[in-house]
Amino acid sequence: MASASKLITLSEAIKRYVPDGAEIVMGTSLETLIPFAAGHEIIRQRKRNLTMVGTISDILFDQLVGAGCVEKIRAAWVGNVITGSSYNFRRAVESGDLKMEDHSNLTIAMALKAGAMGVPFMPALTGLGSDLFKTNTSLKIIMCPFTRKTLTAVSAINPDVAIIHVQRSDEHGNAHLWGNLGVISDACLASRHIIITAEEIVSPGVIESDPNRVITPGFRVNAVVHAPWGAHPSPVPGYYNRDHDAFIEYRNESKTPEAFEKWLRFWVDNVKASDDYIRLLGNERVVKLKLKNHFLSEPADYGY
Amino acid sequence: MATDSNHYTLSELMVTAAAREIADGEVVFVGMRLPLLGFLLAKRSHAPDAVGVYELGIVRDSPAPEPILTMGDLPNLFRAKWLSDTSDVMGLLQNGTIDVSFIGGAQVDRFGNLNTSYIINSGKLATRLPGSGGACDLASLAKRHIIIMAHEKHRLVPKVDYITSPGYGDGPGWRDNAGLPRGGPSAVITSYGIMKFDPYTKEMVLVSVHPGITVERVLENTGWPLKISDNIYNTQKPLDSELKLLRELDPGGYWTK
Repeated sequence: MASASKLITLSEAIKRYVPDGAEIVMGTSLETLIPFAAGHEIIRQRKRNLTMVGTISDILFDQLVGAGCVEKIRAAWVGNVITGSSYNFRRAVESGDLKMEDHSNLTIAMALKAGAMGVPFMPALTGLGSDLFKTNTSLKIIMCPFTRKTLTAVSAINPDVAIIHVQRSDEHGNAHLWGNLGVISDACLASRHIIITAEEIVSPGVIESDPNRVITPGFRVNAVVHAPWGAHPSPVPGYYNRDHDAFIEYRNESKTPEAFEKWLRFWVDNVKASDDYIRLLGNERVVKLKLKNHFLSEPADYGY
Repeated sequence: MATDSNHYTLSELMVTAAAREIADGEVVFVGMRLPLLGFLLAKRSHAPDAVGVYELGIVRDSPAPEPILTMGDLPNLFRAKWLSDTSDVMGLLQNGTIDVSFIGGAQVDRFGNLNTSYIINSGKLATRLPGSGGACDLASLAKRHIIIMAHEKHRLVPKVDYITSPGYGDGPGWRDNAGLPRGGPSAVITSYGIMKFDPYTKEMVLVSVHPGITVERVLENTGWPLKISDNIYNTQKPLDSELKLLRELDPGGYWTK
């Protein structure tokens, strides 16, 4: 039986599943496959009072903060991976406009794991003795009921929506993702809604040829969006390399609120369709970022 | 650029010193920036059997085929030994599989506690830094960790404003009391020298100064009366062979200029 297509536009997906005040997990594979196109659409729709959940979001969260979309961040690290601090985030925390819940990569992974497993918390051994406990009420010290030793209890996070960028998806939300996996799988399972943005939309047959590569079962996905170059400037395995220059340029482009406004107008408000973004990038840059050395895996036999 | 041992940058010296802390065959949790290069240098020189684990969910036992600037660069995924979840590689850390990890820092204190979160000035928030990332986990759970940072008086302080990544807390027994299962900092590599930790007091001790740097200069730029080892030595300069490799790994000098 063929189920209904979930393929909709990016604008429609954000309108439908990202209300003001929503808790969103995105940027879940750390430095790769960051759903920048979806983040920019959130900015274009001027969403407000969002809570962002992530591990290392690179500059995505800084952009959302600079555009005034975010009330709170629950994450391990917010900055510009290649240059260090990010300025909108700094300004917002230092002025008291942004609430920060300080995690480590392990605690945010466990918070989503607990959410995915349907339990109120996960135990961990990290952070004991650190000050994360002072700036994160989702972490508590408990005693293990078996060993009587000290443990960190990490409260579950169940976001309203996970936004995941993948290489390819069918129109029902069965999606192939490869490369390093970060916290993507748990982020999907923990979230009430899932939006998939994909470099390519493919037939269900392509996805079914390799079920191990499916990142989350399609029946839990709510929207599928065709978004080529939707993770630029982060890298997408099999599609394009990391655009280091874009991250380095962003450092200056976000140094002052005025500079950031200019960045925002050029790279976000200017873009009405994904074609516009690729046009802004320019052919030279697109060619430079594309893979130079393809390396295909051997097929796996799923026969019986 | 000449590969002459007298012509190296301070960053190249620090990366080389970091690389030498890695023994062959060790399982290394690799962090960003200089540590990333330090691991690759060790791998291509004295520690060919070292295994690299990256928090993104990557395990490699060979250097990437091309120079990389971040851990997620596609050459770092090419022919990896394992691409998996962050939880999986964090599990390796938590269950005691990781021998050594490397962390950069904004502020460190005499017991090796590290702050990469909040700088406080007269009781008020002065600077918000990016935060832990994986650093707190590496400092909590690796068998040992090594700190790499610039040597400046406002960075080496008697007590950090905020403990992002635990060192030895306030001295002997602190990690045990906190419930940490193992580990602690084994060395701090700065732009002026190398510090290790007294096994009894857990306090930082200067063991080596870099060529051209005096002990006085180190003390002037440290925020507390730093203890000095009786057997203080000069940090070994990078070898020509190490510099050659390093410049292949960072050809643009992005991290080591």
